[in-house]
Amino acid sequence: MSGGKVVLVTGVSRDLGRRTARALVDRDDVDRVIGVDVVPPRGDLGDVSFVRADIRTPVIAKVIAKEDVDTVVHMSVIATPGDTGGRTTMKELNVIGSMQLLAACQKAPRVERLVVKSTTTVYGSSPRDPAMFTEDMEPRRAPRAGYAKDVAEIEAYVRGFARRRDDCRVTLLRCANVIGPHVSSPITSYFRMPVVPTVLGHDARLQFLHEEDLFAVLSHAVGADVGGTFNVAGDGIMMLSQAVRRMRRPTVAMPGVAVGGLSSLLRQARFADFSPEQLGFLTYGRGVDTTAMRELLGFTPRFDTEQAFDDFVSDLPRTGGYAERAIGAVEDRLPSGRTAVPAVAAPGDRDDGDSDHRGQGESHG
Amino acid sequence: MGDAEIIPIGTRGRQGRGSGQRPSSAARNLAGPSRPRREEPADAPTEAEDTAPEQSADEVAEQVADPAAGQPTVAERAAASRGDSPVVDLAGALPTSDTRVRERHPLRGIPVGDWLSAFQRAAKEVFGEQWEPRLAEFLAFLRRRVTGEYVVDDFGFDAEVTERFFIAALRPIAEKWFRVEVRGVENIPTEGGALVVSNHSGTVPVDGLMTMVSVHDATGRHLRALGADLVFQMPFVSTMARKGGATLACNEDAERMLRQGELVGVWPEGFKGIGKPYSERYKLQRFGRGGFVSAALRTGVPIVPLSVVGAEEIYPLVGNIPALARLLGVPYIPITPLFPLLGPLGLVPLPSKWLMEFGEPVRTDEYDDGAADDPMLVFDVTDQVRESIQQTLYSLLMQRRSVFG
Repeated sequence: MSGGKVVLVTGVSRDLGRRTARALVDRDDVDRVIGVDVVPPRGDLGDVSFVRADIRTPVIAKVIAKEDVDTVVHMSVIATPGDTGGRTTMKELNVIGSMQLLAACQKAPRVERLVVKSTTTVYGSSPRDPAMFTEDMEPRRAPRAGYAKDVAEIEAYVRGFARRRDDCRVTLLRCANVIGPHVSSPITSYFRMPVVPTVLGHDARLQFLHEEDLFAVLSHAVGADVGGTFNVAGDGIMMLSQAVRRMRRPTVAMPGVAVGGLSSLLRQARFADFSPEQLGFLTYGRGVDTTAMRELLGFTPRFDTEQAFDDFVSDLPRTGGYAERAIGAVEDRLPSGRTAVPAVAAPGDRDDGDSDHRGQGESHG
Repeated sequence: MGDAEIIPIGTRGRQGRGSGQRPSSAARNLAGPSRPRREEPADAPTEAEDTAPEQSADEVAEQVADPAAGQPTVAERAAASRGDSPVVDLAGALPTSDTRVRERHPLRGIPVGDWLSAFQRAAKEVFGEQWEPRLAEFLAFLRRRVTGEYVVDDFGFDAEVTERFFIAALRPIAEKWFRVEVRGVENIPTEGGALVVSNHSGTVPVDGLMTMVSVHDATGRHLRALGADLVFQMPFVSTMARKGGATLACNEDAERMLRQGELVGVWPEGFKGIGKPYSERYKLQRFGRGGFVSAALRTGVPIVPLSVVGAEEIYPLVGNIPALARLLGVPYIPITPLFPLLGPLGLVPLPSKWLMEFGEPVRTDEYDDGAADDPMLVFDVTDQVRESIQQTLYSLLMQRRSVFG
């Protein structure tokens, strides 16, 4: 058992961090996993030992020193303020927390590996974007506020840390929108709305990463011999309109301004966790190139974008799908569609209810 | 002539039209036979149909009667406290339910067989003799679209909807309205990446759409257009552009597409080309910064020069409103002889005759690896392509009999 890694995971109070920590325990080369957060996790941590510490304070350095941590997985970057408080708290948690964590890592000579979960949001979304971002590309417009700016700043600090500690292997994983049945994020709460508002006249290209693949890639990065920045996303692209159709949910298209207003309204009403960056994302979309992930990092996601989305959709109630049912009704009534239906029925052969239904099916077609 | 039958017109002095006492004979004829006589002939073929409505009507009558029958116990108890009799009311209410007029739904009278045969006839009319499999296929297509069970590529290109909808809709315009004549199809590679470079004209980039249709019909390949960022900014246009296979004109995307072996179309003149005044027609503008050449050099694909004649005349640009254009953030606000003078009618393009000639491909795979970073070489190749297109334009103009010929 000795000689195995001691992994510190930040942000375990939230579901993704907690489950990542649990996935890391299962690795053979990992000895111990320590979960750190300000508040205790809601779910079961299993064999993960939890240390209640605030990464915004130097306490984190003591935890790293005392527990002989050699691998740090940083997952405590939040996209929306949620129930932590306002934007100020969120910014402090993200940026100051990361700075303190990196400072602590720099002081700890035993730390030889740092894995940071970043996001493809750093690339922004604009009509001037290339179809697929590679890791060396910059956003066309530097983010000026919010989550995207936080992540850009954190990434800059991480790169600075990598320069100063060249003996430490730093892996920056820019993950596409994580989706799955248990994920609660701005994008999943958007898709969980009973009627999905979309931006009129625009259709965004989307890429998803399944939650299982997120745990797998973080666990893979802990063991991998390569460092660097990698885009992580499932294969393939899905259009927003296509995604909503797959969910069988009705949409309401409205001008971008109206969607923006609605989203801030929903955010204030705590109805949906809608982040401001999302409007641009849902208008123009974004695609990232994952060649480096496959070839350098050596990771292949189990779910592609389509499968990840289908898995997310599978247990959502369908609120629409009338058009599909109408087509199905017409298909059933085609003479060749069902063998039970005779090709040309004599009028007396069927009862009145069926003939009435038939008339409806045809009028839909 | 003598034994010609006299057909009486009018009422022959009897009370008739407009007397207000009884309907005129013409009105009586129109009203049709009275009820008892109608029952027999009308109901004979639809006997099976009519039994059900009768049953349902009877059921309704019973349902109406049932609560009425059940009511007295409740009502009587209420009446006992109030001291008046509810039975009188009920006796008045019951006959009305008996003499209720039975209204027949207009669609009920048409037998199912008639519906079916009418539907089959309509399907034959639309889909031809093989209507069953074709309709089934069409419904499967509709179902795929409605349920999102289709795939788009990395750029958002939707091959199915492009082929079945966009190209199908544009084909008649290319063939019937502009009568596009395509020459030099053999110069388009049948497989592998290639860059089609064309002149740009016509105020609205109709030439791009027509080129896409012509290339698809001539070679079966999709021309993947590179568009300005304005295209992807505008609502609706951006959606259609992505679905139709276009992407942003930037080196990253162009090289990615060419490496994937796509046939990529580029119009390097950009807005300078389509927004130039009519007096400068067929004079090529500057070919951007030669970015398309460096993309082709990096990927080693051939450059196919394309000259389009006819697109300049569809909307002759005679004026511009620069102030309004700046205000709206667009490159120009066109004024043509018909627009905005005729309003929406001015948006109909003039039916000029189009000639498209694909020239000899310029090979780029013979250069060294660093060729794309040699600005002088890039400018040279750019000029070569530009010259080739300009010369072909002149020769096509000489061959053209008239603008609308």
